[in-house]
Formats: sequence, structure tokens, C-alpha cells
Amino acid sequence: MHEGNSPARLKKVFTNGLISDNPTFRLVLGTCPTLAVTTSAINGLGMGLAATFVLICSNMVVSALRKVIPDKVRIPAYIVIIATFVTVVQLLLQAYIPSLYESLGLFIPLIVVNCIILARAEAFAGKNPVLASGVDGLGMGLGFTLALTLIGVIREFIGAGTAFGFQVLGSSYEPMLLIVMASGGFLTYGLLLGIINLLTESKKSHRQKEAE
Amino acid sequence: MNIFLFMISCILTNNFIFSRFLGCCPFLGVSGKVSTAASMGLAVTFVMTIASFVCYMVDQWVLVPLGLLYMRTIAFILVIAALVQFVEMFLKKSSPAIYSALGIYLPLITTNCAVLGVATLNVSAEYNMLYSVLNGFFGALGFTLAIVLMAGVRERLESSKIPKCMKGFPISLVSAGLMAMAFMGFSGMV
Amino acid sequence: MSLIVSTAPHVRSSLTTRKIMLNVVVALLPCAAAGIYYFGYRAAIVLAVSMLSAVLSEFIWQKATRQRVKISDCSALVTGLLVGLTVTPTAPWWLVMIGSIFAIIVVKQLFGGIGDNFLNPALAARAVLLASWPARMTAHIAVTAFPGVDIAASATPLVGAEASIMQLLMGNVPGAIGETCKIAIILGFVYLLLTETITFEIPVITVASAFVLSYLLGMDPVTTILSGGLLFGAVFMATDYATSPMHRWARVLYAIGIGCLTVLIRKFGAYPEGVTYAILFMNILTPLLDRMLPNRVYGHSRKKEAK
Repeated sequence: MHEGNSPARLKKVFTNGLISDNPTFRLVLGTCPTLAVTTSAINGLGMGLAATFVLICSNMVVSALRKVIPDKVRIPAYIVIIATFVTVVQLLLQAYIPSLYESLGLFIPLIVVNCIILARAEAFAGKNPVLASGVDGLGMGLGFTLALTLIGVIREFIGAGTAFGFQVLGSSYEPMLLIVMASGGFLTYGLLLGIINLLTESKKSHRQKEAE
Repeated sequence: MNIFLFMISCILTNNFIFSRFLGCCPFLGVSGKVSTAASMGLAVTFVMTIASFVCYMVDQWVLVPLGLLYMRTIAFILVIAALVQFVEMFLKKSSPAIYSALGIYLPLITTNCAVLGVATLNVSAEYNMLYSVLNGFFGALGFTLAIVLMAGVRERLESSKIPKCMKGFPISLVSAGLMAMAFMGFSGMV
Repeated sequence: MSLIVSTAPHVRSSLTTRKIMLNVVVALLPCAAAGIYYFGYRAAIVLAVSMLSAVLSEFIWQKATRQRVKISDCSALVTGLLVGLTVTPTAPWWLVMIGSIFAIIVVKQLFGGIGDNFLNPALAARAVLLASWPARMTAHIAVTAFPGVDIAASATPLVGAEASIMQLLMGNVPGAIGETCKIAIILGFVYLLLTETITFEIPVITVASAFVLSYLLGMDPVTTILSGGLLFGAVFMATDYATSPMHRWARVLYAIGIGCLTVLIRKFGAYPEGVTYAILFMNILTPLLDRMLPNRVYGHSRKKEAK
């Protein structure tokens, strides 16, 4: 893993976070925001982008300081770095997109304890050069954003009949309110994970058959 | 609001897991067995109650007088991380029995969003000291209830013929969804 | 050490799943008949849709997952019938269908099929429908069997409409299709007891504890137990083999829990009817109850098997 910044590796690092190690669907990290803010596509997208910003910045700073921070206090140091960028995001959102700030509410400060971010600092940024760490943050962050937006689109579509706030189903559609409630968050996420597992499994067995 | 209603609200109506989505990672990760789930619940209750108290004091006596409200997130997470460390050291010295029961769960609690969540909720709801501590304590009891119920259900699922693609997280999430639905019956009680 | 009380056939009598399920179907017939008598063809359509979609979705699922098709054990039929009996006669076909499909696929088959579900499928489906389309689920109509009464939206006795005890017993009140006629439910209960499909303790203790608690809270205890779905839930839902405790004292606690929670939700909660949530909550508690209060194995002459 210590190969530096070759373009081929950067590409691999990027797609790794986006797809093969997708934090939401493959690693199942950061479940709280995934469940809480995906009541609409916009909220999912906003949360994802906010986390991506924090993830890129914290990864790069952690990586830059990796030789300075003593091993013993590295976790508290990482947390302070992450919390600083979360505060930056919080203030930026409050100033420029107050509507999103309102609807994400409590879950903006809670980006600090999003396990994806600390996990990437610990598992990747603490051992890799700055550029690769930034790319890792970008890949993981976009993977998270993609997943949250997908769940948000599905829940909003079924639970409100809209997509990104626009009415897409006719007025005769009676939305299934449960899906945008707490319970629906768990159900949608669980069923989606099951479907993704099913697809990857069948792909795998397909490949195995071809190999034989 | 009297304290009894507040308790019902924290534990049942606005359950940390089933209606606020706080602490889902340990809820899904450490709910495989009832005994470990109960230990985790106990550890969280311990830390959350103290954290609510300490964060309240830090907020009222340091951040507000100095006008450093934008430092809340950073200050709270530092307080919580330090608190968890301190509790760990204290338990190690004073009661090794409790330490060995809770030991491995304590470090995990730093990144349990229920703890930072309750501290942030307390200041945004402008609770006084008593209600901040109660919110932490009852909220953690609600978390404990949820994780123990979940562990009971999951122990039962071990012997079930669950489809392969649903095993693990997917079925746990679906179970949690169904449980959250049952908890909706308590809505409007407070 | 994990003591898993599996619901698979342990000690059991000669009753097969199919026979048990057919007993339940027979026991539900008076309720279905009363529903159709009071609410007319609409009720019949609802029941037909609910049963058909439940059986079909079980069939399709078992085909798709390459399992042995077991719809002849009639458990899906019972689930479908229960879904249909607990919705209002005005429910549109798609609503009933979603309820049945959810019950069979999500609550039952995803967890491994018959006996492995931890919630009662029909009740979970009802909770889904109630949360998703609250207006549809509470659009009760007045009974049609009596001349001069138009089909009009009206309140159930639970939300304040006046009804005499006799009316409540006969089921001459608005409500869910199978839940209004208490005489039919009691007939079904007696049949289930006589065929030894269920034992008396859960329904009787549930109703008794609801009676006592409502009296203590200053409500009218007779109306409490005769209105809404309490009786139906206590007899047909709470006794589901897969989702109720196995051990005697656990069963007693389970039943007391259902009775008390029902009254508490009715009195203090946002929902007029608490029995659905009360039973679901106690279903969730069931594994823990069984764990905490294990019973001597020979304490039971007859163990129960999954519904």
C-alpha cells in the first residue's frame, strides 16, 4: 500500500472508495447519517457532499502531519482535525445554504463521529502521501454521497412521490408515508443492501462459471 | 414537562435509535448477543450521563462566557474523548471487575454519535442542568433498551433460514425497521 | 451459551401445520361472515384480494428462490385472511395487496419463512398500512345491513361514537371487517380451544389485564374490552406460535404486557387503537422473555408449532 502517487494507483484508490469498498453499501459505516438524512434526495446529496469535503480535508491534513503526530495521541489529534473541518462546514452551510443547514440539523456536527472519516484517517491517511490521501477522501466521499443520494431518491420517490423536490408521480399517487419515517429508513437501507448483495453474488457466481 | 413524562419521551417516544438514529453503529455492530449488548448499554449509559453533565458545565461556564459558541463541536468531542479515557483509567484502578466487563466497549464510545448527539441536543434545546443530565441518562436507557431487544431478536435469527444475501447487516436493518414500527405505537404519549 | 428456543417442531402432537392452519381458517370464518354480512360486497372483495395476494406472493417467492413450494400448508392463506380482516371495508385493493405482500415477503420470507419470523406478519402489515395511509385505514363506514343506514364515513366506538354493549357484541358498529363482531370472535376462540389449536391463557389474561387496568384508569372496562380490535388481537394475533413465548410464565407476562400496553396506548397515545402496537412490542420482547423465564420442559403437554 506504500506505493506513493502513481496515476494508476490513484485511479485504483479512487474507484476503491467509490465502488468496491463503498462505505455505505460494502463497509456499512456511517449508518446514522445514512438513515437519518435520506428522507429526501437533496438532503442525502447535501450530507454526502458535506462529509466529502471534511473527508478530503482531514485526510490531507492527517497525511501531511503523519510524521509529526506522535503515535500515542494520534486518535485525539485526528478527532481535533476532523472537528475543525466539521466546524468550517457547519459555519459555511449556516451562512450560504441555511435551508440545508436547518434540515440536516444535528447531523452536521455529528459528522465528527462519522466512523468513515476517522476510519480513513486511521487506515489510509496516516500511512500514505498527501495526494493519495486526498484522492482516497474524494473516492470514499463520493461513494458515500452516491449511496446517500440513491437512498434519498428511493425514499423520496416512494414516500412523497417526488424526486429532488419535483412532483414526478401524478396527484393520484398516494405516497407510502412509512418510507420517509424512521422505520422506513431502516427498511429501505436493509432491503437495498440485500439487493446489492444479491447482485454482486450472482455476478461472482457468473464469473466463476465463466472461469470454469 | 414533569420528569416522568420526560423519561417516557426519552426512552420510548423519542428513542435514540428508533426515532433519532443516534448510536446506530454500535446498535448494529454490538447487538449479536444479549450479554454483550447489555454491557455496551451499561457503558453508554455511564458515559452519556456524565458527558451530558460535563458538556453542560463546559458550555455554561467556558464557552458561553467567552463567546466561543462556534467551538462547541470541537470542545464537546474533546471533552468526551478525555472523559472516556478518564473513565477507563478510573475503572481500571478502582473496580477491575466492571472494567473487564466494559473494557473493550469504552474506547468505542468516543465515536458513538449518541454521546456527542445528546450534548449537542442539550445545548440546542437549552435544557437546564437537571434536564441535560436526565436527557443523557434516559436517552442512554432508551439506547440500552433498543440494543438489548435487538440482541434478543438477533440471537433468535441465528437459527433461521435467512436468504444468503440478507444475512448480517441487511436483516438486522430490516429487523430494526420493524422494531421502529412497533415503537411508533408510543408516539403521541407525551 | 446461547439458548435458542427455535420454533421448529419440538415436542408436538399429531397436529400438522396444515391442520393447525385450517383450524384457524375455520375459526376465522364466523368473523369473515359477520364482516361480509355487515359491510357487504366490499368486505368480500377485500378478503379475496388479501388472501389471493398473500398466497400468490408466497408462491412466487418460493419459486424464485428455488425452494419447495409450501403454499399448501395454508399459512399464507391465514396471514392473508388476517390482513384482510383487520383493515376497513373501504380499503382500496392496492392497499390490501401491499399489506399482504409486505406480510409475506418482508416480515416472513426474508426472515426464513414459516416459524422464523419474529413479528406477526399480519399485524406488522397492519402497522405498515396504518403508518403509510392513515386516512385510508381509518375511513370506517357504518354498517349496511340495517335499512336506512347509508354508507358514510363514521367514527368507531373507540373514538367517541356511542354504542351499546349489545351493539358491540353483535358487531353492529363501524370498524375493521373482522374485528367488530365479538360473538363471532368468541365462537372462533371456542373452536380453537376445542380443537386444541391454542390454549386459553394468552387471550384470557390479555383481556383480563386490559379490563383491570382500564378500570384502574377510570375508563369503562366493559367497553374497553369489547371495542376495537382487542378481542380479535388477543385471540388470533397474540397466540401466533412463532411470535409468542414458549414458557408458561413468559406467556403470562407477555399477555399481561399486551393487555396493559393496549389500554395505555389507547388512553395516552396518538393512535385510537393500541392493540396492534401492543402485540408487536411484546413480539419483540418474546425472545428475551423466553430467555429470562425458562420453564421445565415437561411442564407442557403440548408444544406449539409455527403458524
